[in-house]
Amino acid sequence: MLVEVDGLDQVLALADAVRGAVSAHATGFAGVVDVVPAATTVLVTIGELGDLAALRQALARLASETAVTGPAAVDVTETIEIGVHYDGPDLDEVAELTGLTRRGVVGAHTGQNWRVAFGGFAPGFAYLSGGDCRLRVPRRAGPRTTVPAGSVALADTFSAVYPRPSPGGWQLLGHTTAVLWDVDRDPPALLRPGIAVRFVELQT
Amino acid sequence: MTRGLLVLEPGPLTLVQDLGRLGLAALGVGQSGAADRGAHRLGARLLAQDETAAALEITFGGLVVRAQGDLTLALTGAEGPATVGNRAVGHRSPFPLRDGEQLAIGTPTTGLRTYLSVRGGVDVPAVLGSRARDTLSGIGPPPLQAGDLLPVGVPPSAFPVVDQAPAPLRFDGTLTLRAWAGPRDDWLADPTTLAAPTWTVSSRSDRVGIRLEGRALERSPERVGRELPSEGVVRGGIQVPAGGDPILFLADHPVTGGYPVVAVVLEPDLDLAAQAVPGQSLRILLVQLQE
Repeated sequence: MLVEVDGLDQVLALADAVRGAVSAHATGFAGVVDVVPAATTVLVTIGELGDLAALRQALARLASETAVTGPAAVDVTETIEIGVHYDGPDLDEVAELTGLTRRGVVGAHTGQNWRVAFGGFAPGFAYLSGGDCRLRVPRRAGPRTTVPAGSVALADTFSAVYPRPSPGGWQLLGHTTAVLWDVDRDPPALLRPGIAVRFVELQT
Repeated sequence: MTRGLLVLEPGPLTLVQDLGRLGLAALGVGQSGAADRGAHRLGARLLAQDETAAALEITFGGLVVRAQGDLTLALTGAEGPATVGNRAVGHRSPFPLRDGEQLAIGTPTTGLRTYLSVRGGVDVPAVLGSRARDTLSGIGPPPLQAGDLLPVGVPPSAFPVVDQAPAPLRFDGTLTLRAWAGPRDDWLADPTTLAAPTWTVSSRSDRVGIRLEGRALERSPERVGRELPSEGVVRGGIQVPAGGDPILFLADHPVTGGYPVVAVVLEPDLDLAAQAVPGQSLRILLVQLQE
């Protein structure tokens, strides 16, 4: 069941509320196997023991009851610096789309800190929000079948770093050698809710 | 001596799979697991063990293994020639592989993915709660290589009671997959255009998804040039990038995506999708959701 809400604050509040309802075995939430928050939606998935119709009713009720009292900001616990070589294949296209020069794009990306909004695309892949709003660009028309690990990217209002090679449709600005995901590390993900990111330009 | 399976030839792609890892979407970790879940489960039931026991998913056949210790195995999913020494072995039926005997699995004559289950399960270390190999994220045991020794776990106390499970041959010809309208079907100028053509399974398909070649699907006029904020997507979802070729998500699909999902293939038909071979024809049949 995909629930559409107005914005990121509502997303985080609703996701919390659903997780709470699942833990409390509230009516309609039996069989829920995962909760996936994203930019303006929360996806709730059920397994074989779930009842889709009952879930729909329970979610509608919960969504209308869940109050959003203000920006659901998780306090910044840590600011991480990520060094980037700005040599991505889409840097010129982003410059054209934004009306900035290449230097302007780099300056905008590094000049304002980003915050982890939510994860989801891949292990260690965090959607970063709150950066310079001049960098809002569309995704590429067709995803690349392989994007190199460490690629630093933009799409919509978000920036992100690809933790490992994978298919991807975002605009590539450059690359980093930072390790975004290590299943043997604790915690495995470098970027988690509460983390702020400052991108730093590295000279090649 | 540890009971196990020694890999002599891995074939083009053989992976350890089980039913995957749930509840980790917020970390960006998808469920993964066997692409043909029905075949995986049948293999476990034939061996009277829990369906979460790990097995081997063999793509395009080619696997050759030797038993260390006496083992009981079963083959499900895509069928093709399978031999122990000079004896042919049947599918969907438990069979012994004695210490030192060699099992060779040929290229399937129908379907794509064959499942080799072993009584006791493939007992490699689990990662984040599952032994499944997620090819998108790289989580889980690496693809099999010649020389690998796969430990086999302790057999369950229950004994197999079924000696042969019948199954209709259904992987040939044009596959028809039933699908519900997806959450973003309003992004297509005409949602029924997904059901009109006969699609061809691209050779660029894999466990992440089947790329459907056929015709470019047009967006609704009000959606042209618009972006969809990334949102959760599900296995079975058919996603349409702006460039046009739809992608049907399989076991290793990304947890979220920013292209609209216009239809969702019904769960039982996903096992069929997992057996589609590059070049095969495929049709989508849109059905109504029963409330």
